[in-house]
Amino acid sequence: MPARRIIPCLDVKDGRVVKGVQFRDHRDVGDIVENATRYSAEGADELVFYDITASPEGRSVDTAWIERVSRVIDIPFAVAGGIRDLATAEAVLEAGADKVSVNSPALARPELIDELAAAFGAQCVVIGVDSMREEGGYRVWRNTGDPERSDEAGRLTLDWLREATRRGAGEVVLNCMRKDGVRDGYDCEHLQEVVAAVTVPVIASGGAGAPRHFREAFEHGASGALAATVFHDRLIAIPDLKQDLLANGIEVRP
Amino acid sequence: MSRRKTVGIVDYGVGNQASVWRALHKLDYRCRVSDDPKKLDETDILFLPGVGAFPTAMEKLHEHDLVEYLQGEAHKGKPFVGLCLGMQLLAEQSHEHGLTAGLGLIPGEVVPFPGGGWHIGWNAIEQLGDDPLFAECDGMAMYFNHSFIFDAPDEYRVYAARTEGSFPVGVRRGNLVGMQFHPEKSQAAGRALLSALVEGLCK
Repeated sequence: MPARRIIPCLDVKDGRVVKGVQFRDHRDVGDIVENATRYSAEGADELVFYDITASPEGRSVDTAWIERVSRVIDIPFAVAGGIRDLATAEAVLEAGADKVSVNSPALARPELIDELAAAFGAQCVVIGVDSMREEGGYRVWRNTGDPERSDEAGRLTLDWLREATRRGAGEVVLNCMRKDGVRDGYDCEHLQEVVAAVTVPVIASGGAGAPRHFREAFEHGASGALAATVFHDRLIAIPDLKQDLLANGIEVRP
Repeated sequence: MSRRKTVGIVDYGVGNQASVWRALHKLDYRCRVSDDPKKLDETDILFLPGVGAFPTAMEKLHEHDLVEYLQGEAHKGKPFVGLCLGMQLLAEQSHEHGLTAGLGLIPGEVVPFPGGGWHIGWNAIEQLGDDPLFAECDGMAMYFNHSFIFDAPDEYRVYAARTEGSFPVGVRRGNLVGMQFHPEKSQAAGRALLSALVEGLCK
């Protein structure tokens, strides 16, 4: 099995990196390129950028900063945000992104996944899902970048992810919404059922607050663990985190 | 000091030539990104990048009229490196989405990853054999993202990687080299490999 990946997640709004709590109350974290450079140098294995207001505002991601990022880092990165057609995905990939991640636009038109996988290969199509526990199980939410516009998408998370990966998504990012920014650990129970439901790698997202949370996510089958707050606020340094994981028998890239 | 080399990056419209260009450019090689044989002829070594599906990539090579050119250059012994899908294109054929003929420059075929599924992320490469060209990067972690592998005969294999079992991730036949991973996205390890390849193949 390849090394487990540590993936800082950068939410982008109006050209800056921001971070909220449970998808609300976003504060400024700094410049996109500076943050990307820092994480690349500190040993991040991959980066994910979310243009969080693209879908709620009905526009697609701005490619100017993608190109700036790709000039300075030499690790893979994925970009998400209102990618709803092939032309946009192509522009994002041409600007230097390695993968496109789709969420709300794929819920609106699931065939988008088939089209992206056919055009660019499943290896560069990530399905992002914002999942929340409700009566009767975990359900999918959409347009989560804007609290005023987000709502429940009318799908069970497991059903949707089975469909999305059958349509050609090569990777899943599982965002547990109640865990976002609260730093009390990933939702490992939900993570485990998603890992069991799909055949592609699953990236855990939402809730990282301590090195042991990463360890738990990997022990529950995550291929990668995504985190924002703990890295942005320098609560956990990536080299220390990797030392801790290695010491606990989890294989990471040194 | 060695002469500054010129690298030709074959641009046939499948994605990642910009990343490959950036990595080689940062290593201070002169780069020509083109689908024009005249421009590619003015280089010391060719890089064939590629991401996506095998049949689409072969179709694009045909559209850009590059198949015979690349085959000819390889037969002439021009240093030539295929990266990721660009490595798989060197094979005789691929089973991805049906059967498609490749460039046929190294025996063997492209088959699904052992046990199905995906090999995504960082993994160490292990050298097979004792070719000095590949010694420096033995054991280094590189970035992978693929679900098919190039199942070349043992004699052409130069690197392997391991999940449950071992599988080939690097091949060489004369001046023709293929790497399944993305050195252009593998930081210091990738830079070491790219410069070893350019310096080692362009003697």
